[in-house]
Amino acid sequence: MQKYSIFAVVREAMRGNKGWKAQWTSPEPRKEYDVIIIGGGGHGLGAAYYLAKEHGITNVAVLEKGWIGGGNTGRNTTIIRSNYLYEESMDIYEHALKLWEGLSQDLNYNVMYSPRGVMMLSHSVHDQQSFKRHVNANRLYGIDNEWMTPEQAKAYCPPLDISKSARYPINGAALQRRGGTARHDAVAWGYARGASDRGVHIIQNCEVTGIRRGPDGAVLGVETNRGFIGAKKIGVSAAGHTSVVMNMADVRVPLQSSPLQALVSEPLKPIFPCVVMSNTVHAYISQSDKGELVIGAGTDQYNSYSQTGGIQIITHTLDAICELFPMFRRVKMMRQWGGIVDNTPDRSAIQGVTPVKNLFVNCGWGTGGFKATPGSAHLFAHLIARGEPHRLAAGLTLDRFRTGRLIDEAAAAAVAH
Amino acid sequence: MLLIHCPYCGEDRSELEFRGAGDAHIARPTNMADISDAEFEAFFFLRQNPKGIIYERWRHIHGCGRFFNAVRDTVSDRFIKTYKAGEPKPDINAAPATDAKVETYEALEGDAR
Amino acid sequence: MSGANRITGKGRLTPARTVRFTFDGKSYTALQGDTVASALLAHGVHLLGRSFKYHRPRGILSAGPEEPNALLDISRDSARRQPNVRASVQEVFDGMKAESQNRWPSLSFDIGGINNLMSPFFGAGFYYKTFMWPKKAWHSIYEPFIRRAAGLGVAPTEADPDHYAGRYAHCDVLVVGAGVSGLSAALAAAETGAEVMLVDEQPEAGGALHFDAGVTIDGQPGYDWAQATVARLQAMDNVKVLTRTTAFGYYNHNFVALVERVTDHLASPDRHTARERMWQVRAKRVIVAAGAIERHMVFANNDRPGIMLASAARTFINHFGVAVGSKIGVYTAHDSAYEAAFDLRRAGVSIAAIVDTRDNPGTGVLAEARSLGIDVLTGHSVTDTSGKLRVSAMHVTRNGGGAVRKIPVDALIVSSGWTPSVHLFSQSRGKLRFDAATQRFLPDTYAQNMVCVGACNGTDDLQAAIDEAVSAGVSMAREAGIDGSASTTPRGEARFAWTGGMLGAGEGAGADTTVKAFIDFQHDVCAKDIRLAVREGMHSIEHIKRFTTNGMASDQGKLSNMHGLAIAAEALDRPIPQVGLTTFRQPYTPVTFGALISHSRGDLFDPARKTPMHAWEEAHGAEFEDVGNWKRAWYYPRAGETMHEAVNRECRTVRTVAGVFDASTLGKIEVVGPDAAAFLNLMYTNAWDTLKPGRCRYGIMTREDGFVYDDGVVGRLAEDRFHVTTTTGGAPRVLQHMEDYLQTEFPHLNVWLTSTTEQWAVIAVQGPKAREILAPLVEGIDMSPESMPHMSVAEGKICGVPTRLFRMSFTGDMGFEVNVPADYGQAIWEAIWARAEPMGACVYGTETMHVLRAEKGYIIVGQDTDGTVTPEDAGVGWAVSKKKTDFVGIRGLKRPDLVKEGRKQLVGITTKDPHVVLEEGAQVVADPNQPKPMTMLGHVTSSYWSENCGRSIAFALIAGGRAKMGQTLYVPMPDRTIPVEVTDLVFFDKEGGRING
Repeated sequence: MQKYSIFAVVREAMRGNKGWKAQWTSPEPRKEYDVIIIGGGGHGLGAAYYLAKEHGITNVAVLEKGWIGGGNTGRNTTIIRSNYLYEESMDIYEHALKLWEGLSQDLNYNVMYSPRGVMMLSHSVHDQQSFKRHVNANRLYGIDNEWMTPEQAKAYCPPLDISKSARYPINGAALQRRGGTARHDAVAWGYARGASDRGVHIIQNCEVTGIRRGPDGAVLGVETNRGFIGAKKIGVSAAGHTSVVMNMADVRVPLQSSPLQALVSEPLKPIFPCVVMSNTVHAYISQSDKGELVIGAGTDQYNSYSQTGGIQIITHTLDAICELFPMFRRVKMMRQWGGIVDNTPDRSAIQGVTPVKNLFVNCGWGTGGFKATPGSAHLFAHLIARGEPHRLAAGLTLDRFRTGRLIDEAAAAAVAH
Repeated sequence: MLLIHCPYCGEDRSELEFRGAGDAHIARPTNMADISDAEFEAFFFLRQNPKGIIYERWRHIHGCGRFFNAVRDTVSDRFIKTYKAGEPKPDINAAPATDAKVETYEALEGDAR
Repeated sequence: MSGANRITGKGRLTPARTVRFTFDGKSYTALQGDTVASALLAHGVHLLGRSFKYHRPRGILSAGPEEPNALLDISRDSARRQPNVRASVQEVFDGMKAESQNRWPSLSFDIGGINNLMSPFFGAGFYYKTFMWPKKAWHSIYEPFIRRAAGLGVAPTEADPDHYAGRYAHCDVLVVGAGVSGLSAALAAAETGAEVMLVDEQPEAGGALHFDAGVTIDGQPGYDWAQATVARLQAMDNVKVLTRTTAFGYYNHNFVALVERVTDHLASPDRHTARERMWQVRAKRVIVAAGAIERHMVFANNDRPGIMLASAARTFINHFGVAVGSKIGVYTAHDSAYEAAFDLRRAGVSIAAIVDTRDNPGTGVLAEARSLGIDVLTGHSVTDTSGKLRVSAMHVTRNGGGAVRKIPVDALIVSSGWTPSVHLFSQSRGKLRFDAATQRFLPDTYAQNMVCVGACNGTDDLQAAIDEAVSAGVSMAREAGIDGSASTTPRGEARFAWTGGMLGAGEGAGADTTVKAFIDFQHDVCAKDIRLAVREGMHSIEHIKRFTTNGMASDQGKLSNMHGLAIAAEALDRPIPQVGLTTFRQPYTPVTFGALISHSRGDLFDPARKTPMHAWEEAHGAEFEDVGNWKRAWYYPRAGETMHEAVNRECRTVRTVAGVFDASTLGKIEVVGPDAAAFLNLMYTNAWDTLKPGRCRYGIMTREDGFVYDDGVVGRLAEDRFHVTTTTGGAPRVLQHMEDYLQTEFPHLNVWLTSTTEQWAVIAVQGPKAREILAPLVEGIDMSPESMPHMSVAEGKICGVPTRLFRMSFTGDMGFEVNVPADYGQAIWEAIWARAEPMGACVYGTETMHVLRAEKGYIIVGQDTDGTVTPEDAGVGWAVSKKKTDFVGIRGLKRPDLVKEGRKQLVGITTKDPHVVLEEGAQVVADPNQPKPMTMLGHVTSSYWSENCGRSIAFALIAGGRAKMGQTLYVPMPDRTIPVEVTDLVFFDKEGGRING
């Protein structure tokens, strides 16, 4: 692999940047792979990377129906945090956060992980109870998360309006300082480069149209628009399209896919130092390195694969943003877009074995998928390599909907992801 | 913002008047207390989540208040039909053909190879 | 006076109407109707900004919304300041202050310009390859540096004092664009009798007729015809014309969002007038006549101030009467630039030469150039330019090589052809097709009820466009249900067609990897960057876009996308359609948040719900808390009292005398019908058929999954009538939940549900003297303990007003809840208070209510439970009927994990030190000395100082809690570890006698 560094940048600059090589290759598919991963987002590419790097399994293909990183990896608002409530959630998100902290160095690719702090605003006694429950649980679990007074919150995020005259005055905030943002495309590309270098095939514009199974029910491979490709094991990591893929193996999963919208403003000079989330008024905001305010909106109320939604979702979010930050009313929306989120009934992910032999699934990350990327990928690789879940993902199994052992972050915390 | 035909009011109204209510034609077992865990899981949690035609429920919450059913394409978000609760699941093949297929975005975003 | 470059007799502005404005502190005179761009050009000012990455000097490229360079900060006063405004769109008003952006210390000397010299190191995506060492330096050092350099304008720091408006509208036919095609379509549709809306982003109708002086329609100059036509339309009752209005978003089901700029061009707008107005239009049919946008030529150093689109220069001369230079070069691959040169030449401007990269331009334009004495160099290219803050020469070479001629110019106008504006069509999810013959994407398959006409549909000939537009106007009206016809079809003649030109890098851009031939001006993306992206394996146009940031600037690729695509296709050696097309998203041009939120701010952001007694409570000093949308009285501090002191006093007073409490926010649902009891049997875990009329019962509601969903007291008023109460926050969803089951699962039950939350004001009177306070006011109800025991309900009158009087208690003391029609709420409240106050009773708020109920072990759903708690977990398993064969939740409750040992159960906990009050949300452990991550048993859900118990009290959800009674557990806090003991839930009056008075 061509090593990236300041020296490489200078060296290549001297020769007209002609020496840069393709970050990943686009080979023709082999007849068969040890592992096929369906879905070339951060989770799928990362799983392939860790399969190769940590489990020595390199005869791997990642099949992507469009362009890698083109699903939710490239459409989210890039928020990273691990201050969840339940142990199952803390385990996986904190595992991810620890990997985020060293990801640029591990991949030799600057994913621009920026621990700018994620601040969740409390607007009521109920919010306060809920956030303190998180703060205390996180602290005893070894995860940073601290309670702040309104004045401390304002000091950390100067644009914040903490006046008592606000519709929902801010009575405090929970801050995770290690939380922050990263550059979403770089995550997909960095994993693709690392995986490709280790022999993984990254096959784009390859849509899976069927899953072929043997007489014993175990997977044999996938039908694609580029023909049949054999596989000893298949990992499905297709986010919003998981139901579509799993239906090909006659497995129904408890998922609903709906549009999740977001928007960015025109680029501005630095004005907003951290990530702020408010569940009460439904607002999520940060500022990108390019200067755009990045604002997460809500989901539309219906199932859809359209990657677009209603304008009322956007305006509702901006209502809240301008309530919290009245100076932003003159800022302009530059672009809005949508992704397809796959939500489970308990708003926690599913990662585990399926009723079909050698078919593994990683899905249901809903609105929390980006922040989980390295952790999810790392544990998914473990699952595929060993055939059983890693300790840190043991609670995310598919059968919990039968037994009732749900991990209901949304219900428990009234905090959106 | 969708435009939804309420089969009770007989009018096309803005989505703002409606609330989505999940999949249609999922009957609650009459012997609820006696079904198995797997049957309960299938009834309460497992869904087809189709990419394409979905049968779903809406409520005209800021109108007549009634729940009704709809057939919609989840790629184009076009409604093919709405009908009253309790009416049988329509055969959409019998419905008149709609406009041309709407492509997904990724179908238009080029060859990445 | 309005600028040395203003040509007498040219343009459509009135010379006598002048306005003054400043740019970077210097004062200028403009004419009414000028844009900032035309006004500054009139004064010979070309340098308006600095680019994003290399901080290169930039001028005015366009005369429209596609402008990527000339972005200014425009203000009236310090709070009314708008960054990133396009100088080519913003109209000048008297007193306007314009400032350049992204430069320091000054526009002409910008330190950031050093980035330009460093540019070889700042190739596309360079930041992915470095800044990784040392590990923490990205966030602490590199990123802040990059952030300061990036960004364009400076965000306002004061709250925006302007206000915005929003309108919804319906029409038969919405026409977007008031150029020739849009006007023709709108007129035809209007003549059929259809309700028509016509919108255009410019201050006047006309579109391309602003610059194209070569058009005549029905014998009139095109622009004049446009004004006459729009006047005709405005006079029709069935037509609404909106100018300065951009259709920025096409959404599902023909829902189109528009933003109308109402006051930004006015010197002293009326302060009651909205600054901008968002229109949300549901159109039966939409006609898009959005025209086309001219592209620049891609060659080395094509970004110097003074280099601009030919159509822009033509707009400035023909509409604003401004010559953009005195010796102008032309570089083109399309005939339309010739027309610009001709208009300028006729206005007396010297044309240095027309450099045409084609070998064979149209013969007509060649002949005319000759007759005007303009040199034309066909088969030549401009391969470079000179000049620092303004272009000073163009370097011209014969295609294929040869000597370089440096031709002095003070402006260079360029055109590589026209890109149809398919933005709205694409937003509507229509499918484009690439027309190889004309090298452009055109509308192909429609996804919604709309049609594109004219230049945006690739219809090049003027008369063909008019015919198409008229036909669309009639047919769209017909499809909208209006059958009529258009009386006439305008006859038009034009000089040039929109088709032709070239895409991608010209000769001058070369294959070189260092030449800066700009594609995306604002983001400083050059042809070489696209090639680098391809070399690095970025093959989908989306990857190329994201890697180079081409098309991601505030113009969203209006000029750059097609060039980038063509260069990528060439580098990949693939046809353009295979490289793909990036997705067009809303908005077409940036829209202020203020317009998008319109009225939803201040009191209208999320209107607060207030009870009928709110004003009284406010007047009596209540502090309020937000509970859902409600404002609830929290506590009533007297002079000098802290919250703690006030709550202690209220708690004491209720238990010793009585207290009056506003319980109006509780949800209330009237359940009526012969099957009402049967219905409630299914909705609640309890059994209801055994409840006698006149009695009440506490009910628990679960969902199918078996978790507690809501609770409340239900009173049976008659065999067929129940008064159901819900939690404050739960009322809407409980009604929705009930309606859902009633309508879809149990439609055979004859039941009616009605929300009565807002109909009843509820006044709780609790405490030993409750009956004494109320009894004299009540008529028709025997309030004696015998006829009205705990948990009963009766109807009668209070102070002459109908009431539903409940005997119930959420304090554990004797209590009543008086329901009266909401309009009488405050009067009855005052009447009760008039009796209560002299007896020494108090009014109390939600905090005291919380403490008192906790003393008695009563739970609050949503605080002591969350979505993972069963009735059994919450200690109310007794409310789950064992006899019923069905209710919602009956099966969910039996799932293995819901009945297993060790579930979290709600218990009481007391601190060993009675003065220590636990933090709500604190976590409980068995072993406080274990290493992290600790095993947590559960958390504190409710915790208070209990004045009546003389100690702190708390509830906690603890794993296996009820089996741990008496055990010592620990609450580790940052500063200390607090030992606690597990107890039952009742802390006060364990025998429960007080409830009977």
